[in-house]
Amino acid sequence: MRDLLDEALAGVSARPTRLVLTTLGTVLGIAALVGTVGLGQTAAGQITQRFDLAAATRVVVQPDDKAEGEAATQLPWDAPERIKRLNGVDAAGTFSLLDVGDDRVRSVAGIGGQKDGYALQVMAGSAGLFDAVRAQLRTGRFFDAGHDTRTDRVVVLGKHAAEKLGINRVDSQPAVFIGDQAYTVIGILDGVSGRAELLDGVIMPNGAAKTAYELEAPDALEIRTQVGAAQLIAGQAPVAIDPNNPSALKVDAPPVQGGVRKGVESDLNALFLLLGAVALLVGGLGIANVTLLSVLERVSEIGLRRALGAARRHVAVQFLVESVIVGFLGGLLGTAVGVLLTIGVSWFRDWTPILDTGLAVGSPLLGALIGLLAGTYPAWKASAIQPITALRGT
Amino acid sequence: MTTDAARLGGVATAVALPAPVVEMIGVRRFFPGPPEVRAIKGIDLTIREGEYLSIVGPSGSGKSTLLHLLGLLDNPSDGVYRLDGVDTSSLRERRRAVLRGERIGFVFQSFHLLDHRTVLENVALSMVYVGVPRRERMARARVALERVGLAHRMEFGPRTLSGGERQRVAIARALVAEPSLLLADEPTGNLDSANAEAILEVFDELHAEGMTLAVITHDDHVSRRAQRQVRIVDGTLQW
Ligand SMILES: Nc1ncnc2c1ncn2[C@@H]1O[C@H](COP(=O)(O)OP(=O)(O)OP(=O)(O)O)[C@@H](O)[C@H]1O
Ligand SMILES: [Mg+2]
Repeated sequence: MRDLLDEALAGVSARPTRLVLTTLGTVLGIAALVGTVGLGQTAAGQITQRFDLAAATRVVVQPDDKAEGEAATQLPWDAPERIKRLNGVDAAGTFSLLDVGDDRVRSVAGIGGQKDGYALQVMAGSAGLFDAVRAQLRTGRFFDAGHDTRTDRVVVLGKHAAEKLGINRVDSQPAVFIGDQAYTVIGILDGVSGRAELLDGVIMPNGAAKTAYELEAPDALEIRTQVGAAQLIAGQAPVAIDPNNPSALKVDAPPVQGGVRKGVESDLNALFLLLGAVALLVGGLGIANVTLLSVLERVSEIGLRRALGAARRHVAVQFLVESVIVGFLGGLLGTAVGVLLTIGVSWFRDWTPILDTGLAVGSPLLGALIGLLAGTYPAWKASAIQPITALRGT
Repeated sequence: MTTDAARLGGVATAVALPAPVVEMIGVRRFFPGPPEVRAIKGIDLTIREGEYLSIVGPSGSGKSTLLHLLGLLDNPSDGVYRLDGVDTSSLRERRRAVLRGERIGFVFQSFHLLDHRTVLENVALSMVYVGVPRRERMARARVALERVGLAHRMEFGPRTLSGGERQRVAIARALVAEPSLLLADEPTGNLDSANAEAILEVFDELHAEGMTLAVITHDDHVSRRAQRQVRIVDGTLQW
């Protein structure tokens, strides 16, 4: 067996230029397959990542504006606590936009240049808001329930607001004025995955907002659910928050997953796979063709091997193994090209390349399988050559 | 052996003849046409161990066909062929391939060396299909090449060798598996007289060492070197 493999390897390596040309089709086919599937997976992965993490776990509950008269309702202050009793809720917090009238926002540091301050949006939230919108801090900290109940006059700044106000550190406990009230800045937000307006605003705890601006009720409840729980929570939220009047609450939830996206994905994948399959078919025919040519060319070698004691099956196996080697090499090269392609395109697009290890391992084997199929007929042909015919002439 | 001895024992001589390597009785080979070609028309031939036989005849007389039959590359249409006492007509192709590898060494007019392999690999190739372990193959191939005076060419490619050298490689390849019968078809056909002479000298030496040889040729000069000559004309042997 080992000897047959050696003979086949020698047979393949005897004509390096031809080997390269023969593998070309398979290289292209496998590269197309790996590249397209890899890029398909990568692209789908980007959609999935953004979609799942940001949108698919976000549920927002608000009073329904269209509900009239008696039906109109307000969100209770303890809505976050109520909703958190549900299974599948990871975090929840209230959000309100404050009506600050003509109050403008100034920082102590830059009084000179900004006499009148800026007309920044002022907001209020419960301590859970930050977690619910996956807020990230640039510096400092979020306010907590303690600040809220003590009605501490503290604020967290959105990064854009902080830039305007010229504040980039909080360790010296800088202050901002909203109207003529001073607030201590305890943190600066760097990013959020929902409620992008938080980055432009000044956010204070509900406690402070109630005192300073007579906030009556939260505008909205931000909920972050576990992956896959959003629809369930959306259904249960109104009753959990307001059991007496659930229909007066409006719930925004992500669309039911799967449907549209999966449809698009599988269409794309089918197209990719079809392209790859066509390329592979061409590659396989190429191998079959060249192997057949090589059988005809090596008739006298076949005759010699038979004279030296090779049985028909030895000849058949040798040509079969040769074409499997060609296919495998093509598969290996093609996989490398496909992987590089995926990584290259991902790098350009700033994507995270996603590659199935199964694909990377399986593709060279697919190449070998194609070699096997392509080599079957030529191998049979080779083994059917009569030694006397093969040795006659030349 | 006992049955052979009994059959041969009809002639009650004191001298025991060497055992026959080849026994052909009434062998024919017709190529079904149309038109049908009667290449071998009934041949009886015995070649004994250690014999150096030449088969000479004009072109188209059936020499190569006979050699193919002797070498188990082809099947007779009719008749009995025993190689080393084994009746080959009932054997399956697989078994015939094994016999071919183990018992027969071929030397062809056109050498049939693999151009992409070294001389050493070409010689070792004849032991691949008879299951000699790799290490032993290389060692034996070296000895065989030394035997034909090509120790300095082992790692060369066949294409860098002269015709005479190539044929010596082919002889080394035929010898190395230690066959019972060395068959050569026009071994000097592609060589000039000096190279041909060198090949014939190797045959003489092999004969002296006890090898059984059958050399097919249309060249009387080559034929005369053999210990015994048979003439083939139109598919039949003439003594
Ligand atoms: N496969 C075949 N089919 C039909 N006829 C064949 C076949 N092989 C050989 N013959 C015929 O059998 C006859 C003997 O051929 P063979 O090759 O044995 O001659 P030869 O003595 O070796 O001749 P040469 O000296 O030219 O090599 C020829 O007439 C040839 O045409
Ligand atoms: Mg001939």
